[in-house]
Amino acid sequence: MTSAQIDVLLVAVVVAAACAIPGTFLVLRRMAMMSDAISHTVLLGIVLAFFVVADLNSPVLILGAALVGLLTVVLVEMVSRTGLVREDTAIGLVFPALFSIAVILISSLAGNVHLDSDVVLLGEIAFAPFNRFAPFGVDLGPIALWVMGAILVVNLAGASLFFKELKLATFDPALAAALGFSPALVHYGLMAVVSVTAVGAFDAVGSILVVALMIGPPAAAYLLTDRLPRMLGLSVVIGAASAVGGYWLARLLDASIAGSMATVVGIAFILVLFLAPQRGLVATARRRRRQRWTFARQMLLIHLATHEGTPTEADESRPDHMQRHMRWPPEFANRVVHTATERGLIDLENDQLRLTAAGREAARQAALR
Amino acid sequence: MRLRTGNALAVQATDLTLAYQQRPVLWDVDLEVPRGVLMAIVGPNGAGKTTLLRTLLGLLRPAAGEVLVFGRSYLEQRGLVAYVPQRGSVDWDFPTTALDVVTMGTYGSLGWVKRPGASERSRATAALEQVGMQDYADRQISQLSGGQQQRVFLARALVQDAEIYLMDEPFQGVDATTERAIVDLLRALRTAGKTVVAVHHDLQTVAEYFDQVTLLNVRRIAAGPVDEVFTEENLRLTYGGRVAGIGGRANATPLDMLA
Repeated sequence: MTSAQIDVLLVAVVVAAACAIPGTFLVLRRMAMMSDAISHTVLLGIVLAFFVVADLNSPVLILGAALVGLLTVVLVEMVSRTGLVREDTAIGLVFPALFSIAVILISSLAGNVHLDSDVVLLGEIAFAPFNRFAPFGVDLGPIALWVMGAILVVNLAGASLFFKELKLATFDPALAAALGFSPALVHYGLMAVVSVTAVGAFDAVGSILVVALMIGPPAAAYLLTDRLPRMLGLSVVIGAASAVGGYWLARLLDASIAGSMATVVGIAFILVLFLAPQRGLVATARRRRRQRWTFARQMLLIHLATHEGTPTEADESRPDHMQRHMRWPPEFANRVVHTATERGLIDLENDQLRLTAAGREAARQAALR
Repeated sequence: MRLRTGNALAVQATDLTLAYQQRPVLWDVDLEVPRGVLMAIVGPNGAGKTTLLRTLLGLLRPAAGEVLVFGRSYLEQRGLVAYVPQRGSVDWDFPTTALDVVTMGTYGSLGWVKRPGASERSRATAALEQVGMQDYADRQISQLSGGQQQRVFLARALVQDAEIYLMDEPFQGVDATTERAIVDLLRALRTAGKTVVAVHHDLQTVAEYFDQVTLLNVRRIAAGPVDEVFTEENLRLTYGGRVAGIGGRANATPLDMLA
């Protein structure tokens, strides 16, 4: 691998890890779509800040972006608090408004500046190695790596310092407020972090794919664990692995790196959706099937136990009676009888199903519940 | 910060008025809760019971009126008050365990940034034991039954080691075991000199479980010891015609009216 390739990979991994941390809390707070809004509207902050400082590499741009990110959240809340539109509609109104202002400003006033709406939407991580951080002529690597590295450090430090506050304000904001932790402060703090992360990341992967990296890995991690610290860790791992996988997919297909990264995030999520050990669709379907058979077997045992020793017993315990009585298709009924026999719960003699001692006990247990 | 209890009323709210967009939810409500009593807040849906609790906790700002906790403002005395919200107010699919939820009760005494350590966890474990949930400490909270979830919430309030416990419908939708456990817990709190204010829905158990009752329907209809104010007349005033079988019998007790 060339050093440029290693640079791209490093930037990709750091971007993915930095996005996964605030993304985890967005997913748990059911605010996934807010990341979509913020990752677009920060562009307005960048454009406005650029008009002030006239320098595309100034850190003021990040400050402007963070402020407009917060403005987005405030405006969405103001619009939805009128009670006349729902929150998702408010997001759909506010974010195009701010984003379109940015697009107009770029196209009309900054036409000769390198602020191109294609790059903003899609990013170009492949250019990351060419923009070097070289103070006093010493090459210290790509600027993007330094910027995103700093954002990752801030996100890690924030999540670990304020872990308890983030968790409490997300799980039970009322208790957080009653105990004196301002849930509003936590909320806007998180939104500021989302904004800054989005700015840093969209340089590399573009504003649309920021959403994939913020939401996809945490959504997958949520299905894999029921502990918050593990969910955070898994989100970072899934995000970083998708970034690496996406890079190689892009080389294989000779396609956009950012697009391939998001694709791999999507594939990772679909795999988890189907294969997660407890909550995956496959595991759920198998559990349902097993429960269906267990339940059918219990029905059979309880039916036999109910009629045991009664005058109608002979009639009630004929195998073909089960088909009519339980409305089971013949094949299903045969299989229930078969598995119950196999487990030593019933015996078939003279065309009569009889409970064994174990079967009688199992029926008693089932009826108790 | 030193917390004072003194001789003042545990909770004293005066002239609380609160409106959602000009629609009054609480209208000039007074509330006096002496120390060491179990008080039920009773009233029909939309009577402002939850709103009253949330106002006492400083979660909602009243348009008028003030709340004193042992003679001082809630902000000064926050450490004396524990809150048990309605079970439905949180997302039980949240990735966390019963023990972790109970540990959240210790966050108030920890303050910002500081993390819960071994002593917080052992306090939380003790609180779980107190509500008979020690065997479920490591369960993810969505795997608990409704009653078990309610007991986790109670344990979380216990771990706050407060003087006043504000509970929003602690008996809502719980099984018989949990109901028993909660009643025992309320009595233990009273014996320890603690004060409990609980929103309560089941009129049949008010007299059995509580010492005092406040009848609320936007305005305060009546308040005081259960045997004095929990009368048919006051219930009729509180619920209007909405209590089934109301009226007709001259000497009907509140329980008869519900039959």
